[in-house]
Amino acid sequence: MDFVILAGLLQLTVATATPIALGAYAGLFSERAGVVNIAIEGMMLMAAMVGAFVSGYTGSLFWGVIGGLLSGGLMAALHAVVSIRFKTDQIISGTVINFMAAGLTGHIYQIYLVPPRWPGSAGTFPEMPIPVLSKIPFIGPIFFQHQPIVYLMLILTGVIHYVLFYTPWGLRMRAVGEHPRAADTLGINVYFTRYANVIIGGLLAGLGGIWLSLEWVGTFNINMTNGRGFIALAALIFGRWTPFGAFGAALLFGLANAIQIRTQTLNPDIPAEFLQMLPYVLTVVVAAVRRPIPPAAVGQPYETE
Amino acid sequence: MAKNPDTQKTVTQRLLQPLVIPLLAILTSLIIGALVIIFTAENPLVGLQKVATGYWGIIDGALFRRNGITNTLVATTPLILTGLAVAIPFQAGLFNIGAEGQFIIGAFVGTMTGIYLDLPPVIHAIIVMIAGFTGGALWGFIPGFLRARLGAHEVINTIMLNFVGILLVNFAVRGPFKDPNTTSIQTLPIQESAEMLRIAGRLHLGFFVAIIVAAIMYYFLFRTTWGFSLRTTGQNPDAAEYAGIRPKNEYIKSMVIAGGLAGLAGVLEVQGLTRVLTEGFASGYGFDAIAVSLLALNNPLAIIPAAFVFGILRIGGDFLQIRAGLSIHIVSILQALILLFVSATAIVRYLYRLKLDTNNEGAALSRGWGG
Amino acid sequence: MTPVLEARGLTKRFPGVVANDSVNLTLHKGKILALLGENGAGKTTLMNMLYGLYHPTEGEILINGKPVRMDSPNDAIAAGIGMVHQHFMLVPVMTVTENIMLGVEETRGFLSRLPLLGRLDRKKVADEIRALSQKYNLALNPDDTIKDLSVGIQQRAEIIKALYRKADILILDEPTAVLTPQEADELFEIMHNLTAQGVSIIFITHKLKEVLAVADNIAVLRGGKMVGTADPKTSTEESLAALMVGREVLLRVKKDEAHPGDVVLDVADLVVEDDRGQTAVDHLNLQVRAGEIVGIAGIQGNGQRELVEGITGLRAIKNGRVTLGGANITHMLPRQVTELGVAHIPEDREKHGLVKNYPIADNIVLNQYYLPPFANGPVLNQPVIDQKATELVAEYDVRTPSIYTHAGSLSGGNKQKVIVAREFSRPTKLLIANQPTRGVDVGSIEFIHNQIVAQRDAGTAVLVVSAELDEVLGLADRVAVMFDGRIVKILPASEATRERVGLLMAGSDQ
Repeated sequence: MDFVILAGLLQLTVATATPIALGAYAGLFSERAGVVNIAIEGMMLMAAMVGAFVSGYTGSLFWGVIGGLLSGGLMAALHAVVSIRFKTDQIISGTVINFMAAGLTGHIYQIYLVPPRWPGSAGTFPEMPIPVLSKIPFIGPIFFQHQPIVYLMLILTGVIHYVLFYTPWGLRMRAVGEHPRAADTLGINVYFTRYANVIIGGLLAGLGGIWLSLEWVGTFNINMTNGRGFIALAALIFGRWTPFGAFGAALLFGLANAIQIRTQTLNPDIPAEFLQMLPYVLTVVVAAVRRPIPPAAVGQPYETE
Repeated sequence: MAKNPDTQKTVTQRLLQPLVIPLLAILTSLIIGALVIIFTAENPLVGLQKVATGYWGIIDGALFRRNGITNTLVATTPLILTGLAVAIPFQAGLFNIGAEGQFIIGAFVGTMTGIYLDLPPVIHAIIVMIAGFTGGALWGFIPGFLRARLGAHEVINTIMLNFVGILLVNFAVRGPFKDPNTTSIQTLPIQESAEMLRIAGRLHLGFFVAIIVAAIMYYFLFRTTWGFSLRTTGQNPDAAEYAGIRPKNEYIKSMVIAGGLAGLAGVLEVQGLTRVLTEGFASGYGFDAIAVSLLALNNPLAIIPAAFVFGILRIGGDFLQIRAGLSIHIVSILQALILLFVSATAIVRYLYRLKLDTNNEGAALSRGWGG
Repeated sequence: MTPVLEARGLTKRFPGVVANDSVNLTLHKGKILALLGENGAGKTTLMNMLYGLYHPTEGEILINGKPVRMDSPNDAIAAGIGMVHQHFMLVPVMTVTENIMLGVEETRGFLSRLPLLGRLDRKKVADEIRALSQKYNLALNPDDTIKDLSVGIQQRAEIIKALYRKADILILDEPTAVLTPQEADELFEIMHNLTAQGVSIIFITHKLKEVLAVADNIAVLRGGKMVGTADPKTSTEESLAALMVGREVLLRVKKDEAHPGDVVLDVADLVVEDDRGQTAVDHLNLQVRAGEIVGIAGIQGNGQRELVEGITGLRAIKNGRVTLGGANITHMLPRQVTELGVAHIPEDREKHGLVKNYPIADNIVLNQYYLPPFANGPVLNQPVIDQKATELVAEYDVRTPSIYTHAGSLSGGNKQKVIVAREFSRPTKLLIANQPTRGVDVGSIEFIHNQIVAQRDAGTAVLVVSAELDEVLGLADRVAVMFDGRIVKILPASEATRERVGLLMAGSDQ
């Protein structure tokens, strides 16, 4: 294959891997602290809508990002309260968040994000090639010729790795996810640790949602996440709850996505449905080939004595 | 099955207590839903008015208007079956979010036999129902098998198979099985011999099929050894294994039954209502089912009234939209809230300062991702 | 001299229960205070109050003569109290260093100015751990991962964790429960080293011999009340036991001579792996005859669980052969094994033995529900099930309001009686009792032991596995010592002394 085409495909891979990776990092913070998070989808969807809404009405992408992040964090806070404070089954709590997000975004979309009221979208973030680096042949376009959230995702991968394995914050978070009672007996506030990390996760999922509406599509569509939050979860599990593992898995899904997009334009004869199926089938296969070892206390509500 | 141990309680207490939480859950959801409407309206007064007309629209449209009640029962029918498709795996400790995909695959397989087989009336209809059940059962078998044999978590797999199932059927309906005689995207109609008998208005025999299936499932779960082993697995898989039950088989069993019931729901929609399969056919019955099942505390008989409540929301939702100019998504929000409050009973007890003894021990789902 | 720690009138009420009733306690500097009491006497509640995990309903705690208020473990740690819990509070997947620094992390680098985001200084902490382990003579490698360490070493990590936090009062909760007698002796030596350097220790146990061996003072707790103190120099096991349970008890199991018959269980060259795929049972051979009790002595984690699960079909067998009365049951399913007449009291009754949300009645038929008369074909026969449960609840003295009560709401002893009732009430060739009396009150222990002996006398082959050496020695006609996946020695009861068995349990060949 032509190197230019290949580089283009891989560039698209990194770009479309972005929401998957960010969603996976969202799950990482939550689950490493012991809270199952199947609500990534809902958090992303909500942030995508709020991001589009705020940027459209203020005309500012910046405020769109802030709004999107906050809404992701808010949904996460709800998940945290329901599953930590009220000790509801965490999978059910996540399902509630997903339904709630679908309903709320649809409701607000119909009132505020369609004409006549809709002032129109504020557009998308521009591509920002990194000087010099983007000129490196092959590698340059793949990693250094993107829109800002993609860079943010790449940087976050390293940052999260550092936080998780090299700081007291990460040590405490992992301890709470593995053996909350042990952490408690050492004076670590299990509830605070869980709340904080679930909400940080919500912010990251929010960033993934913002990518969709403010960097990829440029506006909000009903159910535009299309299962990306769940695929992110599969990437997290496949990546064994580590940032670089999840990043690698996200690239795999990004590649499936990129192949789908490219093939659809190059060979219109292949039925679109089968190409669209690719990431979903891949998720099922990926979930089946590797037996995960999750954080030991994930899913269990914590009760102080 | 488990009987109520507390003989000291009066009969009324015993009958009413299980209803307290679901009823308060619905009430709370309506209040919060009203707040959402009010806060997203142009001004609070208009919002308040919309709440009144909208909520009355739901009740009036779903129950009192001409054909209201039969339409509601028509919507209740698939909800009973998909509700069971969530409840049975719940009882075995699995979370089936895949009823939507099982519904549509069942509908597809059943529709094919309805179009292309030539059989005498009654028999044809029954064969089509069996085909629908089988198609859904197959779609339920996949995540059940993957969970049992490879430890792959059913929550992710059932969601993924929803997407795959919907895309598969979309492809079939647009491509090879499209009715060439019409511009709309749909299959040929099934033969008359495969249809369900209409009873009144749009209400068809499928409603009674659903009621009977719910009763059978209740009997199966609580009065047979098969149900005992399934429930034991859901309550404590380690103890089940110790007692000679094989949890892996129970997982597969529950998902096959669940998929079959969702598939049956799908094919009955074709047989009783649409006669053709269209794109976007499933329309969320498989997702509403989760809230139906939880509202019924996963009890097959309680699923009938729970499905009726959601039938009201579905049919009444249109009237809420038309009369109050509200989006249909309000209904989704209400459903999500009901789901929240019936599963997070602690919240309801906290809000209303209730002191109930909670014997609501569903199977725990969040055992992590390890399988 | 002011005591380093004093509790005055400590009371803790839970809804419906008084767990501790005006308890007084005095600990002097450099001394070992043994706190004696049986399960459920309120020892753990008391310690949780001293460690800030519970807040006392009434009473006060004084450290060096000053009253302190402890709302969380942080306050206890600040007051110099360290606790080694019975179930270790260590994160298995982390290293010793990480576990010890958790909550009091040292950081370095320019990010250290940010709260919790500096770079962990593992090396510095590891060095401090090495220094501590030298000072108190506790060999420990800070870079090892907890899950790879033996229980004894993990316990050292726990002790160092407390010392690293500058604890000068140590609470050891049942520290010898999982140790060999030899490891326990080492621990006692460590305790003496610690007290010699000024550390004061509260040593919680229900083992009388240990109390007499190491304590400077003894306090006895019964039914939530402090029933007395004793001087180890003037006390005997019998006098302490009487104080602990409130009446004279038989420390010995009453039984007659065994009359062994034919071999019932024959395990030959058995290999079974544990959950991680490591060989846990290593070419093991064992026979149990009808009418005898074979007791397996050994420290937990030497393959006992895997052996039992292998025999009962709950775990795959990699190699070897298991026969029951001549029938090959090597690769049979659990249900087939049960149907051939194997009764099994599982090690962990909460996990395997009971469905806690099921009524007692359903738990009584948990492994027979599909057989007549409890089922007609696939249909459950609930009246027959209920009747059976009613009979057995009476016969086995299960204290419950009704057979419809959920098993989870019963006390530990009554839960165990439900299991015993279920397993002993059907025709049995082989009885496997794994930890038959763990966490059970004294009255129920006696009852269960007598039932096991009755089974033997009725001609059943009995295999008892217990972490309590005294239980094995009391029940067994032959003692098989298990170490590292093998039976290292089988001794007739008459030759099985504590000392000899203890050495064998530690893997020392004589």
